[in-house]
Order: sequence, then C-alpha cells, then structure tokens
Amino acid sequence: MTAPSPAASPAPPARWSGVYPAAARAGKLRRRHAVNAVMAGLVGVAAILATLPLVIVLFYLLKQGVASLQWHFFTNMPKPVGESGGGMANAIVGTLMLIGTASVIGLPVGIGAGLYLAEHRGSRLANTTRFLADVLNGLPSIVMGIFAWQILVRPVGHFSAWAGGVALAAMMIPQVARTTEEIVRTVPVSLREAALALGYAHWRTSLTVVLRTATAGVVTGALVAIARIAGETAPLLFTAFGNQFWSTSLNQPVAALPLQIYTYALSPYDDWHSQAWAGALVLIALILIISLIARVATRGRFATASD
Amino acid sequence: MTHAAVPSERAGSPLDRPVLPSGAEPARGARRLGVRIQGAVIGDRVYSTAITLFALCVPVLMILIALEIFIAGWPALRQFGFSFLTSSAWDPVNGAFGAAPAIYGTLVSSAIALAISTPLAIGVAIFLSEFAPQWLRQPVAFLVDLLAAVPSVVYGLWGIFVLIPILRTAVMPFLRDTLHLGVLPFFSGPAYGPSMLAAGLILSVMVLPYISSVSREVLLAVPRSQREAALALGATKWETIWGAVLPYAKSGIIGGVILGLGRALGETMAVTMLIGNRPQISASLFAPGYTMASLIANEFSEASGDLHLSALMAVGFVLFVITLIVNAVARWLVWQVSRGSAGKSA
Repeated sequence: MTAPSPAASPAPPARWSGVYPAAARAGKLRRRHAVNAVMAGLVGVAAILATLPLVIVLFYLLKQGVASLQWHFFTNMPKPVGESGGGMANAIVGTLMLIGTASVIGLPVGIGAGLYLAEHRGSRLANTTRFLADVLNGLPSIVMGIFAWQILVRPVGHFSAWAGGVALAAMMIPQVARTTEEIVRTVPVSLREAALALGYAHWRTSLTVVLRTATAGVVTGALVAIARIAGETAPLLFTAFGNQFWSTSLNQPVAALPLQIYTYALSPYDDWHSQAWAGALVLIALILIISLIARVATRGRFATASD
Repeated sequence: MTHAAVPSERAGSPLDRPVLPSGAEPARGARRLGVRIQGAVIGDRVYSTAITLFALCVPVLMILIALEIFIAGWPALRQFGFSFLTSSAWDPVNGAFGAAPAIYGTLVSSAIALAISTPLAIGVAIFLSEFAPQWLRQPVAFLVDLLAAVPSVVYGLWGIFVLIPILRTAVMPFLRDTLHLGVLPFFSGPAYGPSMLAAGLILSVMVLPYISSVSREVLLAVPRSQREAALALGATKWETIWGAVLPYAKSGIIGGVILGLGRALGETMAVTMLIGNRPQISASLFAPGYTMASLIANEFSEASGDLHLSALMAVGFVLFVITLIVNAVARWLVWQVSRGSAGKSA
C-alpha cells in the first residue's frame, strides 16, 4: 500500500490525537479518487486501443475481399497475369489436404501424449514432456519449416504435401497434448473409480469413460489447434512449397491458401492483389468458423477448454 | 489391476474347488474369466505402452529439431566460428556470411513491439480482471484473443496495402519534420515505407494477445483476500491494484511479456512482408532491415550453394536457441506464480 502511507507520515502525532486537519485529509482523498478515475479511464482506453487493430483489419478484409470474391474464385484455377477470372480452387483443396494430413498425424499423438500427462502427473517423463511441450509451442514456425525440409525434403529431393503436413503436425502435437491434459484432469476421479470398481480394465476406463467424458473439451482443443495451423505460412514455404496446378498427390508440392496470399501480395499486379484479399477473407472465414464451432461445442461445460 | 485381481484370486484359488459340487462348470467359468483377465492385462499393457510412446514423441521431436538443424548449420558455424554472430557481411555471392544484421533487426523489431504492446496489454488485462463490468469481460477477451487467430500472412497483406502507405505518407514525415524528431538518428533518413518501424508496429499488434491473456490469467489467480485486505484499509480501487494485486502478479506478468518476446523474435511472414529485407544495420527506424526469421524465409528456397544453405540453417539454429531460452524462462516464471497462488490458497 503505497498511497495511504504518505498521507499518514507527515504528522503521525496529530493523527493519533485526533486533530488531523480534516481539510487536508479531504484534499488528499479527492486526489486519490482522481488518480483512481484517471487510471480506470486509461485501462479502458487500452482495451479500446487493443481491439481497434482487429476491427480495422477485419474492415479492410471485408471491404477489399468482398469486392473480388466471386464464385469463380472457389471453382477456377489460378490464371496467368492479364487473364481475369482466376481462382484459388487448388489452394483451397491444398489447404484442406494439409490440414487433414497434419490432423491424422498430430491429433492421435497429441491426444495420447495428453492422456499420459494426465494419468502420470508427477512422473519424470510427464514433467519433462509437459515442459518441453510448452517450450515447443513457443518455437517459431519457420524453425519447424526448415526442420521438416531437412528430414523430409532434402533426402527425397523434391517438395511434397507430406512434408508440409508433418511440419504442421509438429506444431499441433505439443498444443493438443497440453489442452487434452488440462481437460482430462477436470474429469472427476470418482468417475474413473466407479468404472474400475465395475471391473472395467484400465485402458477401457481411460478410453471409454474418462476420454469420452472429456470429448467436448478434447474436440475444442483439437479445433483450436487446427484453426492455428490453418493460417500458417512459414512452415509451408519450403515443404508444401505451393503449386500453380491441380495436385492432390501427397508426394507432390501442393498449393495452400496462405502461400498463395503471400505470393500474390508481393506480386506487382493489381489483379493478383485483389485475389490475395479474397484469399485472406476466405482464410479468415475458415479460421473463424472453426474457432466458433470450438467455442460453441464446449459452452458452459468446460469453460477453461478454449483458453 | 486391483479390480481384476480380486475375482481372479477367488476363481483361481484351489480352495474353492472341493466345495463345489460339480467340477466341470466352474472350471469352464474360471477359464473364461482367465481369458478375460488376460485380455485386460494385454489391453492395459498395449494402452500404457502406446500413450508412453506418444508422450515420448515430444522430447524426441525437440531433440530431433535441435540435432537436425545444428548438423545442417554446422559447416557454416565451423567455417565462420564466432564471427558468424558478429560479422555484418551477408554476401552470398562472395561466400561471406555474418548474421549480425539479422540478429540486430530481430532484437530491434521485437523491442519496438514490446515497448508498444506491453503497457497496452497489461492495461487490457487490468481492465478485464478488475474494472470491466461482468457482461463486457467475455466479449472483449474474445476480441483480444481473436487478434491471435488472424494469420501472420493476413497481417502482412494488411500491412503492405494499408499500414505502409499511411506510414510513408503521414506518420514518418510527421515524426521527422513536424515534430522535428529527425535530429535523432532513429527518425532520420528517407521514408521508404517497408521499414523496421512497420515491422515493429505489426509485431506489437501480433504479440499483444499473448501478453494480455497470460497477464489476465495471472491477475485472476491473485487471491481475493489480497484485494479485500487492501480495500479494508481504505485503499481506492487503483491503489489496491497498484499496491496489492500487481506486486503479487509481477513475476507472472513478466513471464507473459517474455512469452510475447518469444513470439516476436520468431514471427516470420508479416515481418518478411514489411521489414524491407536488406542486410544492413541502421540506427534509423525508417530504414529497411532484416530479421533472422525473414532472412530464412526469403533466401532459403533460392540459396545459391551449400554454404549459403548451411549459413541459413545456422541462423535457424541461433533463432532456435534464443527462442528456446526465452520460452523456458517465461514458462518457469508463469509456473512459479501459478504454483505459488495454488499453495497459498490451499
């Protein structure tokens, strides 16, 4: 308590004897309340300033994106410069492929690791894994990109959707593991004990009782992780690489929305710029829809799930 | 296995057998039970092996990343030694590689970002945990969290077409000429547009949600009694926050800021699109620069030779080590607070 002490320090004896000047005290109090009001105002302004960029970015996305978002954007392939009517059909499919590959690899491993963390709370491996998962979560995505390039692209000699999926999966695993752990921990122990008492095997209890109770939260965690990797560009630069043509082979370079936005944004052509805005709008819409589903899926039941 | 052990002992016990009138039935039942128990034992073993392996994936992944990138960067690190970090000559054509401009750019752009976003983020966290009316908390927290959901490349796109024109035509001339800050080296020189300032500004928007969400969580973890005690002494709301809540949450908030620093150091796409990508060290924030992440993003796919590639990998390794340390410190600080508050409230 910093503020009250200066008020008391100048004349402690007077205060004890009860003749502390009332006017001075009232003045001090007024000043203290003024400081309080000013600071309350300042943190309010901080909240407005912090949400302002989001509003501005979304405003520009809508303004620029809607203008260039037509049906052929979803159905057509990219066209060479000068030809209008190009789209990003291949990039949309490519992004979905990459998300799918990453999920197939990342979700089982992440959820499994999360179960281990929740069940062996204090063990040495659990503590190490928990800490490393948190640190991995904060590693730059470009590092994941060059890692995946080194192990999956360099030996093979060509870019592939595989490598991109693995880079994204490597980003998902630590995050999914931590959210799964948090959710599984909220399942009451009595539920597990009841299943065990009925003669259920340990593995069956964990999978069909504990994990099933926590399904909504685990799904939310998975969706949040998917929303996060859906917009990642850096890990894909040297793995999925991008592709101007139609490709659904996991062994070939594949187009992705974020990569396409990056290439088009840096190009000198107006037509490509507007395509980039449209792509950004589609990407953001995809991410927002996934995030909203995640939020609705767990409303009320596992309040901590989405954080 | 306690649940299965109880029936198995009874069924398998030789003492049970003579008591039973017929020998055949219980034997069959016992066998069936035995099979089931065996199934449970195998199931448990498979399950616990599987989740242990999954958990092992995380440390293995960490070690693999460190090893692979280090091995790939080793040729460059060996050739240039310590001067790789201090030399500012990044010249792929002549085979000279010094990462100093990229390291400098990474540190400066992150510093700008933190200088802007730290006070704002802590302000938001205080607003959300202390001042805001209940109905406003969730929506505002959601909006701030959404800042983190916007992909980096979208921030870059917005920066190129909206932020940079504003900086070049309005903000930079204003700072330099109208406010006469051009006498300082930071605000001098021509206003290009793509610059350290642009990268720092976009980074400040991008790291804000991370700092504010950690700070908010830490503030909410401060025990009520801490606030009530201060209020009971006659403190105003702000005095309570300043004197009783913030000191308690201090190390957790610092952890959040360091976590934000980790994000800023490694952020790639938006920075690559806005910083101008020139390997130079310039005091002016209006001048283009480079960061470690943007250097890799820009040059990796068109690296001119093995040494160039190895140098880029070495930059990646330096970035990996720096962010590793930063994140480990941040996690440790945040854990310290959450463990402390858990211990005190119990």
